[in-house]
Amino acid sequence: MSGMIGNDPTPREAEGRYLLDVAELSKRFPLGRRRLFGKAAPAMVHAVDDVSFTLARGETLGLVGESGCGKSTLVRLIARLTDPTTGSIRFGNRELSALPAKAFARDPDRARIQIVFQDAGESINPRFTAADAIADPLRQLRGLGGDALREKVEEAATLCGLPLALLDRFPHQLSGGQRARVGIARAIGPRPDLLVLDEPTAALDVSVQVTILQLLVRLRETLGISYVFVSHDLNVVRLLCDRVVVMYLGRIVETGPARAVFDAPLHPYTRGLVAAVPRLDGLRADALRLAGDPRSPIDPDPDACRFHGRCPIGTGRCGAEMPKLRRFDGGREAACHYVEAA
Amino acid sequence: MSAAALRHARHVVSENPVTGFALGLFVLFVLAALLGPSLAPHDPLASNTMLALQPPSAQHWFGTDQIGRDIFSRVLVATRLDLGIAAASVALVFAAGGFAGLAAGFFGGWVDQIVGRTADTIMAFPLFVLAMAIVAALGNTVPNIVLATAIINFPLYVRVARAETTQRREAGFVDAARIAGHRDMGVLLLQVAPNILPIMVVQMSLTMGYAILNAAGLSFIGLGVRAPTPEWGIMVAEGASFIVSGEWWVALFPGATLMVAVFCFNLLGDGVRDIVDPRRRT
Repeated sequence: MSGMIGNDPTPREAEGRYLLDVAELSKRFPLGRRRLFGKAAPAMVHAVDDVSFTLARGETLGLVGESGCGKSTLVRLIARLTDPTTGSIRFGNRELSALPAKAFARDPDRARIQIVFQDAGESINPRFTAADAIADPLRQLRGLGGDALREKVEEAATLCGLPLALLDRFPHQLSGGQRARVGIARAIGPRPDLLVLDEPTAALDVSVQVTILQLLVRLRETLGISYVFVSHDLNVVRLLCDRVVVMYLGRIVETGPARAVFDAPLHPYTRGLVAAVPRLDGLRADALRLAGDPRSPIDPDPDACRFHGRCPIGTGRCGAEMPKLRRFDGGREAACHYVEAA
Repeated sequence: MSAAALRHARHVVSENPVTGFALGLFVLFVLAALLGPSLAPHDPLASNTMLALQPPSAQHWFGTDQIGRDIFSRVLVATRLDLGIAAASVALVFAAGGFAGLAAGFFGGWVDQIVGRTADTIMAFPLFVLAMAIVAALGNTVPNIVLATAIINFPLYVRVARAETTQRREAGFVDAARIAGHRDMGVLLLQVAPNILPIMVVQMSLTMGYAILNAAGLSFIGLGVRAPTPEWGIMVAEGASFIVSGEWWVALFPGATLMVAVFCFNLLGDGVRDIVDPRRRT
């Protein structure tokens, strides 16, 4: 049984400590259409800007931030669905950033990075049954067919708590929770080493969310997969993740062990974020309220902190000098001029 | 799967009697096309001037034409040719126009430009006149009628396929397919194409009617199938001159058959969509 479930294709010790090592990764989108002979460079949306982090084997990394902060772009970059503008993505022993996303579709490492999409209903082909959806990556990436394929499909469904009787159903005939299970079964089918979870519970009822989160925890233990977990539910991130990366307008503002970051946030943005979590005992005394809207991500001032203008403690220095990520005790980092050791 | 599909088809037909009626007509036409020559009571080409222009009778159900040929037999035998031309042209334009539209919608850019401009160029002509020109230029043969009918329907298929594809290009399941190891062509043909199939099938059923009309129309003006081959368009053309003198049956029966055939395919379009669209499956 354990041999069947094990993650045999990848030698664990051969590739060093980090599964994923992202360095100075940036993604900029040109705004509007580039003219053929246009002289002026088009305005650029800085979706992801100079992002560096690592993911150790077996670790779960949380990725939080408000809508539009570049989480989804970062997810697409890590999963190699889009090509980065600059920077490196090191996966195991390989540098993946130079490989075009189109070519990566048939790469042997494709099977090792899988995604669980935010909206399972929309990410399953409406013309595919649950079994077809789960079988698709197994057929493409692992070259399975016939009985071996059916066996693997049923194994993945069972692992994800999906009754085999539902395998013949189309997505519109399944409930939200069942669809989420199909999405997860499809992603773990090829036995990835890295599973990117893009707000996997955002579209679900609260009662179903819990069972799906429990499933994810169980799968992590059984299969030894590393997770990048994107969510804006801070309580979930705190429970599920070892470390957390907080993003604001395309840049990392704070990273560190999840518990420490949420108990004693360093960066003013994280403090505002944590204070915004609904609590039964009312607002904390030192709560920081976030007001206003983020600055525009279109050609932002390279010498100003992205949080400047919305930051309750910002000064003139923040508008003239971009704060760099500084190290603090306990493996924490924060990008703010005014943070003192916690 | 096939049992479930059959059950669903029966459900759709019983729920919608018009579809059932259209389906019944369709089966009749297909049977006539397959078995026509062996079912025909008379030789469709045998003339008998003694019996010229006889009104409908027990012997000749649809009457006889100006040289005494049995009109019922001719209408029946013509079914194979008329439906065959229409089916071949629709199959051709479904493959070519469907794929061109898929590629245009999916890749955008220069593929979209080329396909779109080609479709626009075809649309710039009055379509029946274009079909006439193609047949006149390439020669009066059945394959050329098929080709001309396919070409004038090309823009329709391109537009429908392109519009349906652009809606789905950014869909989550397209990303999921790339994650699952599909390249562009795999995503296009295995993931997106099945999703636009229902609407394309409806399109096929609708254009099938117009394709029959178009083929008959070409023959009617003398640019299609040539006499004495039994064909509805020629028969209407031949019979038209006798309407004034009171021999209405010569043109009426082939014309009515043509109308019923077009009507049948148009009605069938909606029913077919209900059957092939799994979201309607309960």
